[in-house]
Amino acid sequence: MSSTSTSRGVHDLLRSAPPPPSAAPDGSAAGWSAQRTLPLRVELVRQWKRRRTQLVLAGLALFPVVLAALFARNRDAATGGTRFVDLATGGAVNFALFVVFASSTLLIIVVVALFCGDTVASEAQWSSLKYLLASPVGRSRLLRQKLVVSYGLALTGLVILPVSALIAGGLFFGFGPARTPLGSVIPAGEALFRLAIVIGYLAVSMLFVAALAFFLGVHTDAPLGAVGGAVMLVIVSTILDQVEDLGPVREILPTHYIGAWVDAFNDPVVWSDMARGAILSTAYAAVLLALAWRKFLRKDVLS
Amino acid sequence: MIGWLRASRLRTAVAAVAALALLLGGAWLLVGRDTGPAVAEQVERVPVGPEPDGTPVELDVAVYTADGGAARKPAVLLAHGFGGQRQDLVAQAQRLAQEGYVVLAWTARGFGQSGGRIHLNAPAFEVADVERLIDLLAARDDVQLDGQGDPRVGIAGGSYGGAIALLAAGYDQRIDAIAPRITWNDLAQSLFPQYAADGEPTTPAAFQPIDEPGVFKRLWAGVFFGSGSASSTDPTVCGRFAVDVCDAYSASAATGVPTPQILRLLEDSSPASVLDRIDAPTLILQGQADSLFPLAEGDANARGIAAGGTPVKLVWFAGGHDGGDQEDERLDAMTLAWFDRYLRDDGTPEDTRFEATGQPASLFGARTGADPQVLAAPEAPGIAGTPSPSRRDVALDGDEQTVVAPAGGNPAQVSSLPGLGAVVSTLLRGSQRALPDIPGQSAVFETAPFDDTFTLVGSATADIRIRTQAPDVTLFARLLDVGPGGAEAVLPNRLVTTVRLEDGGDQTVRVMLPAVVREIQPGHALRLVITTTDQAFAMPADPRTYQVSLAGSAALSLPVVDVTPLPADTTGLLVGAGIVVALLLAIAAIAIVVRRRSRHVAEDVDPELVDVPLVVRGLGKEYAGGFRAVSDVGFRVEKGQVLGLLGPNGAGKTTVLRMLLGLISPTEGELLVFGHRVTPGAPVLSRLGAFVEGPGLLPHLSGRANLELFWRATGRPMEEAYLDTVLEVAGLGADVERKVRTYSQGMRARIAIAQAMLGLPELLVLDEPTNGLDPPQIREVREVLRTYADTGRTVVVSSHLLAEVERTCTHVVVMHRGELVAAGPLDQVVAADAADAAPADLETVFLGLIGATS
Repeated sequence: MSSTSTSRGVHDLLRSAPPPPSAAPDGSAAGWSAQRTLPLRVELVRQWKRRRTQLVLAGLALFPVVLAALFARNRDAATGGTRFVDLATGGAVNFALFVVFASSTLLIIVVVALFCGDTVASEAQWSSLKYLLASPVGRSRLLRQKLVVSYGLALTGLVILPVSALIAGGLFFGFGPARTPLGSVIPAGEALFRLAIVIGYLAVSMLFVAALAFFLGVHTDAPLGAVGGAVMLVIVSTILDQVEDLGPVREILPTHYIGAWVDAFNDPVVWSDMARGAILSTAYAAVLLALAWRKFLRKDVLS
Repeated sequence: MIGWLRASRLRTAVAAVAALALLLGGAWLLVGRDTGPAVAEQVERVPVGPEPDGTPVELDVAVYTADGGAARKPAVLLAHGFGGQRQDLVAQAQRLAQEGYVVLAWTARGFGQSGGRIHLNAPAFEVADVERLIDLLAARDDVQLDGQGDPRVGIAGGSYGGAIALLAAGYDQRIDAIAPRITWNDLAQSLFPQYAADGEPTTPAAFQPIDEPGVFKRLWAGVFFGSGSASSTDPTVCGRFAVDVCDAYSASAATGVPTPQILRLLEDSSPASVLDRIDAPTLILQGQADSLFPLAEGDANARGIAAGGTPVKLVWFAGGHDGGDQEDERLDAMTLAWFDRYLRDDGTPEDTRFEATGQPASLFGARTGADPQVLAAPEAPGIAGTPSPSRRDVALDGDEQTVVAPAGGNPAQVSSLPGLGAVVSTLLRGSQRALPDIPGQSAVFETAPFDDTFTLVGSATADIRIRTQAPDVTLFARLLDVGPGGAEAVLPNRLVTTVRLEDGGDQTVRVMLPAVVREIQPGHALRLVITTTDQAFAMPADPRTYQVSLAGSAALSLPVVDVTPLPADTTGLLVGAGIVVALLLAIAAIAIVVRRRSRHVAEDVDPELVDVPLVVRGLGKEYAGGFRAVSDVGFRVEKGQVLGLLGPNGAGKTTVLRMLLGLISPTEGELLVFGHRVTPGAPVLSRLGAFVEGPGLLPHLSGRANLELFWRATGRPMEEAYLDTVLEVAGLGADVERKVRTYSQGMRARIAIAQAMLGLPELLVLDEPTNGLDPPQIREVREVLRTYADTGRTVVVSSHLLAEVERTCTHVVVMHRGELVAAGPLDQVVAADAADAAPADLETVFLGLIGATS
């Protein structure tokens, strides 16, 4: 823009542009359609190119490898125990289960909250939210596309972790069958199926965490506030769940059944608690997402 | 200010979540299980028979009744466990009262606030006390009567309270149903267990021990008696025990051999002596994790009562005195159903199925709160005339082995840890791995690995030959589940059985092994271990050796009980799923209604104005906090104009632009863009490009990627973006490939202006576009905007820089304190006010308009 020739170029280019084509009956520009705004692929690229996304997913892939290497180094020193922790080095599935168990209380929750809590709030922080909305992307559609992509990324993390653990566990400790503390053995094929159940249940039970983070994320311009707030509330719920005086109230705490996935390794699989957990998580998620939508559709977007 | 606002919004959201949780919790409490009629508690002291020395005794009694229901209701007596008191039973009593029973809970003689001493459920004392309590119920005007002085009444209780239920039912024929939990059949067998059996066992767990007292269960006996004698008010050896009980116990505990006195006393306290007299239908709840009153005791009670034709249901649940999952909810529900069936005659079919909770085979052991897997058989085998379980013989392998009993029984093998109950079950959750054998103390015999999966339900037996120089024999037997390759050996529920023979020499005995419910996997073997020591029991003081070998068929005899898993109760799940579906449907319905309404609004179009880029009418905005930013603003922008929106900071310019973009909703008035009313996300906004209140770029992407992704987010074809033209406007050259986070403020502004011009929109809205630009760039922007308007498109520029607007714009709108103070072509606005002031420039006019003196 500093050279005159370039400036003139701009004006020539502008003058040579055709006049605006006639608008559609709904007043929109030619070629625009509400159903085509903010495609999932575009939103995925916008999120995927963030260093944060790449680091989290890479971290989830590397964590089991590092853990397996440490376990393999110290294996000689470890005495055999019967808790599943002691069985972690028993094989690929045992190790994958150990990794999932060790991560399910906090790591997975933080990852889900991070993706789902930050997705709207970070747009607000960058001030890009208002441009998306004015472009225009319908508010409901914006939430839907962002939720699908952020939860999809969270699920990707949820799958990467055990898959990486399976591979790392298999390489370090062999691809044998899963062993239980009672001495019984679950054949490898069956154990993989059970592991798939575990991941499936975690995906459903994390709906609540995702919805909570998302709900907080549409309320704030501070991404860390939404993520931290969601993690804090989940932890508070977990703590309340330990208070036996609360009695039956504990059974409707959203995190009450968060550990029910271990039932997938019962013989036979015990479904009842996982079903309760799925119902509870879905119910909380439905209410929280409805509130998030309600808030966002009416919100004055100031940033 | 902004930070505080954001924080407070987040706080509001967090508070909303907390409120939601409370609301749900409250709803749960309202509709949950704790609803029901109010329960009245009536506490009284009931005089009963005096102690042998003449001391009068009063019992601490509470009666629970709920409003409503029949005028006369059946009654339930609730008895507590050893060392407990009636206060332990309040919750259970209230629930039963709400179910329509008159519930009487009492503290047994010798405990809590009741008087008297402990006679171990002796017929003359504790049993007579129950008869007195039944008299009391018969005299009440709210208790249903079967006859004069004969109330309709059942008894439920655990352990010590279970035994009183059985004994009272044997002595008092007025009792109509009982539900004893984890209690004994023969107290002598429980404290001096003898697992050397006579003949074949008749039920999965019960058997006939040989007629010699067994091995003193010293740790459990110590816990049991300790809880009755420890008393701060009576710091004597006997505490609150009756003198005869105390003396007999002390003598036996000192030697480890039962005296005739204590055997007579224990027999009086044992239901075994009265089973043939019990005609009250009996629900026997026995625990698998119970080394004090094991499954065999419950089987013996069931067999004895059923022999007389009385209905009996036998349940082996997961917990017991050793801890584990007590399944309280399930057992309480079964007890209620039992009383409803036999006290209230509710007409439900008789349920005398045998139920056994399966061992969790989870990788993680038992998880508290998880539903147990219940296995059931139509009838308890060997009880009530059903055939005894058939047996399967499995060959054992092992030569004669010599085992040593060390002097004083030390060091001793560790199996069960009596009295620690819940602590142990928490520490050892999921781990029932056998502790290693002490070298030289164990004889080991093992089966070949099994090919099939089967569930062992009950006691295995084995015949063994014992040779010794010692005057008598004390041995312990365990049955381990051994994993493939002998890697892991599990001692189910850490149970062990005992054999004591009063003579040494060479003899063959049939040893009963602990009764368990355990699934044996393919590749696993069973291992019989005979040891000389166990720290939970009394052992001979002298050192000795035994030669142990297999006898008879050299086989392990396993009971075969055909059990099938019961389906889980899914009513609660269905209700929950129903609620969720209803919730989702309701949300979907609301969403559809909202969408319909918003579509209706979006079609709000004024056909007269479709060629007018912007019409503002009566626009006003009051923010949520009450701050009024804009009042009654109206103006009109025609095609080809460059409109300057002018005003000092805080005049409301940005608020108007936000409303123009549909980011905030007007409180009054409307904006029409090409005739279409602006709402959030209105399609007409696709003909508008904007740069308002600073750039909004993704810092992790390059300038070009930002523009491309922004355009792709509109969903329109790339060739309509005029990306090259727009990049030329930005004029960043090669810098357009750098990440935005490395840009200067001016570069960001230029990319943002370029972004606004993507697709060459018919209405271009720029808010303070020259902020951060240097003078040549400012001039460049000015010229670009003029050219842009020349193409028939329209530009709205807001600024507080008068010179800027004066040189760029064809028309101006001047705002001040949220109100419109002037609007029109630039020259007219200047001229209108310039009537009396000679040097007409915008600055003078502007300062005049906003009331600032120049």
